[in-house]
Amino acid sequence: MPHTAIEAQAEDGGSASKPQRIIKLGKTSDDIDKKSTNRRVKDVEICVPIVYGTIAFYLGRKASESQSHKWTVYVRGATNEDLGAVIKHVVFQLHPSFNNPTRIVESPPFELSECGWGEFEIGISLFFHSDVCDKQLDLYHHLKLYPEDESGPQSTKKPVVVESYNEIVFPDPSECFFARVQNHPAVLVPRLPAGFSLPAPVPLENMNENGRGDTKDHPLSQWFMNFSEADELLKLAAARQQVQAHIVKLRRQLSAIDGMPQPLKPASSYECT
Amino acid sequence: MDAKDILGLPKTPLAITQEKKTRPQRDSQRKPDGIAREVYALTGGLAPLMPSIDASELKRRPPSSEKITWQWLPFPRSALKDNLQLYHWVRVVNGVPPAGDYSFAKYNKSVEVIRYTDEEYEKYLSDPAWTKEETDRLFDLCEQFDLRFIIIADRLLTLRTVEELKDRYYSVSRAILSSRASSSGEVAGHPLVKEPYNVSQETERKRALSMVLSQTRHQERKDAEVLAEAKRITESRMAARVAEEPNLPVTLDICPESTERDIVLGDTISPPNVQVPSAAVASSTTMMADNTSTLASLRMLWVHLRTYALEQMVQAASSSAGLRTIKRVEQALQDLGVDLKPKVPTKAVCAEHLELRKEILTLLNLQKQKSYLAVDQDRTFVPDTISFGGDRLGKREQKRKGPGRASETPSSPAHKRPRKLKASDL
Repeated sequence: MPHTAIEAQAEDGGSASKPQRIIKLGKTSDDIDKKSTNRRVKDVEICVPIVYGTIAFYLGRKASESQSHKWTVYVRGATNEDLGAVIKHVVFQLHPSFNNPTRIVESPPFELSECGWGEFEIGISLFFHSDVCDKQLDLYHHLKLYPEDESGPQSTKKPVVVESYNEIVFPDPSECFFARVQNHPAVLVPRLPAGFSLPAPVPLENMNENGRGDTKDHPLSQWFMNFSEADELLKLAAARQQVQAHIVKLRRQLSAIDGMPQPLKPASSYECT
Repeated sequence: MDAKDILGLPKTPLAITQEKKTRPQRDSQRKPDGIAREVYALTGGLAPLMPSIDASELKRRPPSSEKITWQWLPFPRSALKDNLQLYHWVRVVNGVPPAGDYSFAKYNKSVEVIRYTDEEYEKYLSDPAWTKEETDRLFDLCEQFDLRFIIIADRLLTLRTVEELKDRYYSVSRAILSSRASSSGEVAGHPLVKEPYNVSQETERKRALSMVLSQTRHQERKDAEVLAEAKRITESRMAARVAEEPNLPVTLDICPESTERDIVLGDTISPPNVQVPSAAVASSTTMMADNTSTLASLRMLWVHLRTYALEQMVQAASSSAGLRTIKRVEQALQDLGVDLKPKVPTKAVCAEHLELRKEILTLLNLQKQKSYLAVDQDRTFVPDTISFGGDRLGKREQKRKGPGRASETPSSPAHKRPRKLKASDL
């Protein structure tokens, strides 16, 4: 089916969409049929905003020397939507003192819970579906168990939450991927110009069959942080305004200096020590 | 004591007698036999911890049981191939000259030059560029001069380059070897067969070598500069491509070097041309090209994080700025209450952040310009109230100016710490 779709596109190449689309052969080492004639959508990037981090609870009375905290490390969509359409599986690399420190989570929600006593850096490797990207993406997150302020005993009710916001960017995504996720809530897909035709979306082979992959009703969702770009934008805009005002002032001053007559120059260089 | 000796002054009688008595004793104590006193004094006047030379050894004579004479004898026959008779001094012990061959004869090696017969020549070795006489003569000379091709090239009456001679000799030898061998496997290990002589490669190699050796110091420096530039550019590209194609960095490395080599060649012919390539290389490091090259390198990665993209763009934008300037930009960002790395790095936020950094750079440059102009013209201005970053600038300016200069720093010296930007500053 992909073959015929692509041929159809080659024929209507006379449309205005031509400058945007290039025929770029995908990796020929793959055996998958779709891949060998995969096209990419040029000058376009698909963006998947994610939040990853840890939530750690002090175990209180149940704490022991070696297990004082129960913590969860996870990767979720920034709007708590299902990431399963993009991410195939996630590998969490824990401290070697853990049993089987390489933990693979095959389906969303991509999270892992453990008990322990120590803080360390967790390696999070995201593996994507074959039509998305062949390369894995590595993230690192420092597991924080102890709260900033050391005042008094730790509470078992209030966890230590550290989250990081980031966006996965796929430049020049494949048409398959594009078509598949263009209406997906977890993915930011730019609007394509009119007349751009894509192959019909092909659903993934092993979609998440068991339950939902989104984290909207996750038990820990009450602790999730809110990331609003509006605040940042406001701050940045204000800062830029200030800087621009200063630039304007300086430029005015500089042009005034340049406009001044030069004859004083030799005298000043004489005075110059 | 010695001084008095030198001056010829009489010593006191008592002292003289005392010295006379004690001197022999002390002398024998002080000065070891066999070494002059002054030399001994070089060691600091003390004996070394380990005796370097056993003093008694120095006066030892060879055992007198043997009778050693030196005789003027001819060289043994094996040392020389022709009838030339040479003589040398030989150490003869008890009337018996040394037995055996001349001790250095074993080093008299020669190259085994394979000679062909005429039939072999007819069959295998005829070549349009070489006559039989010439080839014969070549082989004679090779044997005579032990394959010293530079001498052979001078001796041959026809004008041939050393590479041509080598080519002919080696190809002939190979042909003979392979024809004489009963099977090809037998000679496959022979160095002549295993590694054939490659004329074009050799010519090229020697040409390149002479070029390198004949570079003037000026050219060498230029070369190094351009190579460093190219290396920087390729490294910044390589960082993006490293995961993708391992072959690519290698070719990238080779290409700039070879192109720079050619550019330098052009150098020797016409100096003005140098400006063009170096300008071309330099222009690629302008901000515009940097941005596009960063974007291109980001696109090379199949996937990346927004924060990574921002880092690359920031680096590209501040590639022309020194470390101090970068620190000042960061200080300015902090003063403005902006995080150095945005907490919510969306596309819009990152774009704004990048623009803000660029604007701060522009501002700092303008400030620097202004301070230069002011230093030149020795003017006093109304103190500038640009406080973020301005305090630092003020302090540095004071250092640069002379003692009696009127200060035109933006803020009074009391402000050692930059204060946050206030609304009143605008």
